[in-house]
Formats: sequence, structure tokens, C-alpha cells
Amino acid sequence: MADVPLLEFADVGRDFDVSQPWLERVLSRLPKQRLVAVDDASFRVARGRTLALVGESGCGKSTVGRLAVGLYKPSRGTVRFDGQPMPSGSGRETMAVRRRMQMIFQDPYASLNPRWKVDDIVAEPLRVQNAAMSETDRAERVAALLRQVGLAPADARKFPHEFSGGQRQRISIARALSSEPEFLVCDEPTSALDVSVQAQVLNLMRDLQDRLGLTYLFISHNLAVVEYVAHDLGVMYLGRLVEVGPATTILKDPAHPYTRMLLAAVPDLAMTGTSRTPVAGEIPSPIDRPSGCAFHPRCPHATERCRVETPVAKPIGDGRVVACHLVGS
Amino acid sequence: MSALLEVRHLRVAFETRRGPLVAVDDISLQIGEGEILGMVGESGAGKSVTGTAILGLLEPPARITAGEILLEGSRIDNLAPEAMRRLRGKRIGAIFQDPLTALDPLFTIGQQLVETILTHDAVGARAARDRALKLLGEVGIPAPEKRLDQYPHQLSGGMRQRVVIALALCAEPRLVIADEPTTALDVSTQAQIIELLKRLARTRGTAVLLITHDMGVIAETADRVAVLYAGRIAEIGPVREIVHAPLHPYTTGLMGAIPKLGALRSRLAQIDGAMPRLDAIPPGCAFHPRCTQRLAQCDREIPRAVAVDGREVACWLHGESSRG
Repeated sequence: MADVPLLEFADVGRDFDVSQPWLERVLSRLPKQRLVAVDDASFRVARGRTLALVGESGCGKSTVGRLAVGLYKPSRGTVRFDGQPMPSGSGRETMAVRRRMQMIFQDPYASLNPRWKVDDIVAEPLRVQNAAMSETDRAERVAALLRQVGLAPADARKFPHEFSGGQRQRISIARALSSEPEFLVCDEPTSALDVSVQAQVLNLMRDLQDRLGLTYLFISHNLAVVEYVAHDLGVMYLGRLVEVGPATTILKDPAHPYTRMLLAAVPDLAMTGTSRTPVAGEIPSPIDRPSGCAFHPRCPHATERCRVETPVAKPIGDGRVVACHLVGS
Repeated sequence: MSALLEVRHLRVAFETRRGPLVAVDDISLQIGEGEILGMVGESGAGKSVTGTAILGLLEPPARITAGEILLEGSRIDNLAPEAMRRLRGKRIGAIFQDPLTALDPLFTIGQQLVETILTHDAVGARAARDRALKLLGEVGIPAPEKRLDQYPHQLSGGMRQRVVIALALCAEPRLVIADEPTTALDVSTQAQIIELLKRLARTRGTAVLLITHDMGVIAETADRVAVLYAGRIAEIGPVREIVHAPLHPYTTGLMGAIPKLGALRSRLAQIDGAMPRLDAIPPGCAFHPRCTQRLAQCDREIPRAVAVDGREVACWLHGESSRG
């Protein structure tokens, strides 16, 4: 049992119907249009570890996050949690699995109900998932949770607007931890925060992982943040994972041309004054994704094969899986 | 060196029923021709208010309550609204964070560029269109003839931001205020816009005030940097020195808090607490409640900026006594 990953994606794909409304479609003779948000995604997250997904806007990383907690059903493939396929619907089995996972969102201003006191916000998962708990036990639990994230128990009586962005994100974390989940999906949890506050939240998340043995799926566009939190890393481009493996290996020696480009584009504090290699082109729309390898129009090494044949992800020996015709062949 | 833009002891306050809230206090800075001055700070530090004040776009209840702003030697902070309006666009260009809201969705890129050019220069429509084409080429838009007749929604985020930059450059301004120009963009696009800003400053001699919360962007783009905290400049000087050897404890904390590539999971230094709100700025040095090196006078007296190693620092640790 020990080597069953807590979360496993096996060739998971998810499509969205982005067609025009029916009448418009009939009148203008438009076909149905499908957007492939995620395709052929395979990865595993081991217990107590952090897998980070990075990529630019529209690459499908948030869709993977939602698939991981069962908010979306996969169109293809299987999502397994603790060895079992993710149940769907609202049955008892689904509730039992959902209790073990939680989500933290990007915007701490939008994800907390402004009319609720912190006490109600943090206790809500307890009310839903543990209805038998007494009020005094619940209040004690809320106080303990607030202490755990670096807030004071007295903060339970305040409203969200009385807190700064960083403190609100701590409240979100306290709420996520209230049902004692094993697995957390964190979707850009620090992107809306100032750097000094981001450091506080990232440190807190790492401490909580060490203390509670949490497993994270961490979604971010910031490679430096990812290096700080992640054990493993998945790089996404237009719905596909182009490179998956140990974070340090990938960041030290990126194999996929897109990963290299992404790393080169990060403003580097140490190289003040020196110039960088410019990055060409922009991400195409996922609705008309390029044929073959979706990255080929921007890739400096693209060959004829890349234009026609979609590369299959294959292991390259150092624990990494890379989807590129030129790597490992 | 004569500065193109000079700000002297600028103070901006918001009038409220409970008295004025000072958002920017005693800010002095200069930008030379072709120079990029970065302005960095966390939310609420007063960076955008400073940029807005220079552009003359402060709206009540905010107003300049002290200090002067000089462009090429003459004061612009006391100009009549009409005179300021003509100056804006002509001699000062502005680039804002969100390229979608900065463009009019109902007009094509070409129409917007031509209108802006005609507003500031007495040229014919044909010449204006040619200038628009040249500008689009200069900001790196491929196939500019085609783009000229497109609407903003047909362009990607990076392309839109290039159009916004082209618009800001229409009348060949001497100074460009860029307020978070890359924040809404992806990293690969951000890198391209950074390159573009640098090239413009170099080739056109335009002075740029680059306002951002991202120290990485500053490090790559700016020549000098001003670090703001609670409405005041904590430290101002050459980027390289401030990045590699910050003197103000806030700058040190800020640099330590930024996750860096290649740092291999070493723990981030964190500054506890958060930036104070405008209605609760601590007395003395505003940073003292969060500072780990505070001295006896820090909570009573506001430190004056002193020159140390080619930069200016406002901190009692680097006061007259320790300069020896």
C-alpha cells in the first residue's frame, strides 16, 4: 500500500463545449466547437509531497486542479485518489473522498464570504462534514486552527474586511484545514499577495506540510515560487504536460524547449544589467491549437516531424517524462 | 546632469472627513534623459499615486499638498487642467497595467493611433497613418498593415500592450510613466515588453518611470531604483547596488522574501506583519514595528535621507553618526 500514490492521473483529458448557441449555429451553419483544455495528462503525486504545475495562462493547469478534486469529471482517462477512481455525484462515497481534500484559491478577497464572521467561515466545512460535533468543540477547533495558521483565536469574531490580504489567505488555509484533509489543491495561492506577505504564506504552507504530512497539488505561473515549494514539477503548454519530473532536475537542466524558454523568461535578480535571449511569439489560442507538437511555431528546434506528429511523453531516464521528438531519441 | 523630470518633496494627501490621509510624503527623485527609474514597493506604498501625480491625473479627494514637479526645468504641478491635458500625451506618455481597458473596444487600432497623432501634431491623415504604421513596427508588431484595421479584441494581451505603448509614444514624449506595464502578462510576453521598454529608452532617449511591485522586472530593466514604503522613499540608487547590497532593513527584507531560482528550497526570509494602512502610519520611521534592527529613536523621529555609497537611504542605522 505504501507506494500507492495519493493522486494519480492516467491519460486524463477534459473537453469543453464552446460552441455558439444552437440558433446562431444553425443560422450561420457553424459546426460544434470543442476546446480541449487538458489532454493525455499522466502524473502521480506521492503522499506528503508537492507536485507543482506551471504554465502560462490558458495552459490548462487550473482545469487539472479542478479535475483533481472532482469538481470536473474527466472526458477521457481516470483520476485515482488513494488507488480508487474518483467517485462522482453526491453520494456517500463522494462525500467520504471529498472530506479528504480541500482547495485554496488565488483571490482571498473573493473566496471569503464578506457577510460571514471568520468563525463561521472556518467552521463551515466542520458543519457540513461533521454535523454531530458540539458547538463548544467546534469553537475550540476553530481557535486551534487559527493558532495553527498564525492568527489569534480572538480573530474568529471579526469579519474578512478587517484583515489584510495575507491574513485572509491564512483564513482560507485555516478553512481548508478544518476538515483535516490529506490533500490540498492550491491554485495560485500567493499570486494576489505582496512579496513580503507571499513569503509568510509560503513558509506557513511548508511548515504545515512538515507538521501534518499534507500532500499538495500546487498551481502557479511563477517558477521561482514553484522551486521553493515543489518536490516534483509538471510543465504544461496548451493542455499538455510537456515535462514532468523532480523539480530540482527540471529547473537545473530543463529538457523540453518550452521549459527552457520559460526559465529564460523569468526576470533574474542576479543578472542585473546583463541582457537575455529574447523569447519569440505568444501562446496560441487553445481553440485552434497548432498541429503536431503545439509548441512547434515558437520552437527554435522544430522539424517537419514536429509539425505533423504529436510527441508522446516518454521517460528519459532520470525520473523525468518529456514529450518532445528531439529529447531522448 | 540636468534631469528631465525632477520631483521635489512631493506630498499627496487624500482629504477625508477625519482629516487628511497622507499617501505620499516627501518624495524627491530625478530621472535623466534615456534613463529608466524603477519604483518598487508593495500595495499601498504610494507608487501609483506618485505616477498619477506626475501625470496630473489625481482626482479629488487626492491632491498635491506640498512639493514641486518639474519637467525639463519648468513646473508642471501648478498648470491649469487644459494646459496639463495638452502636455499629457505630447510630452508625457502613460502606459497602464491593463491593456484591454486602456484601449477603446469600438475603434480599430489604426483609428486610435491616428486620432492620437492628429490631436498632438498638425499632420495630414495620410502622414498620420504612415506614422502609426511605423510605430506599430517599432514596438514589434508583426504585419502592422493588417493590425491597423483590427479591433483590440482581435489581439492577444501582449500585442495589446504593444499597441498601448505605441499610443503612448505617438507624440514622441520625453517622459513615459509605465504603471505595472507587465503585471497582466505572462512571463514570456513580459520578457518581450521589458526588452521593448529598454530599447525605447536607449534609442529614443525617453526617460521612463517604471512602477512595479516586481523586483525582478526592475532588476532587468531599470538603471536606478527607488524603494517605497508607506509613502516614503526608503532607499534610492543604482539598481545593481541596491539589489546586491541593500542598506535599508526593509529593502533587505524585501530581497530576502523574493523566491529566487536556484536557491534550492532554502527558507525564505520573512518580514512579519504587513504594510500599515494610511490611517495608521506609525510615528517615526514607518517601518519600525516590523524592523529587526530598530534603535531608540526609530519610533520617535523620521529618518532623513542621507547619501551613502552613491545612494540615498532614509534609516537611522545609516544616519550622520554611523557615517564616519
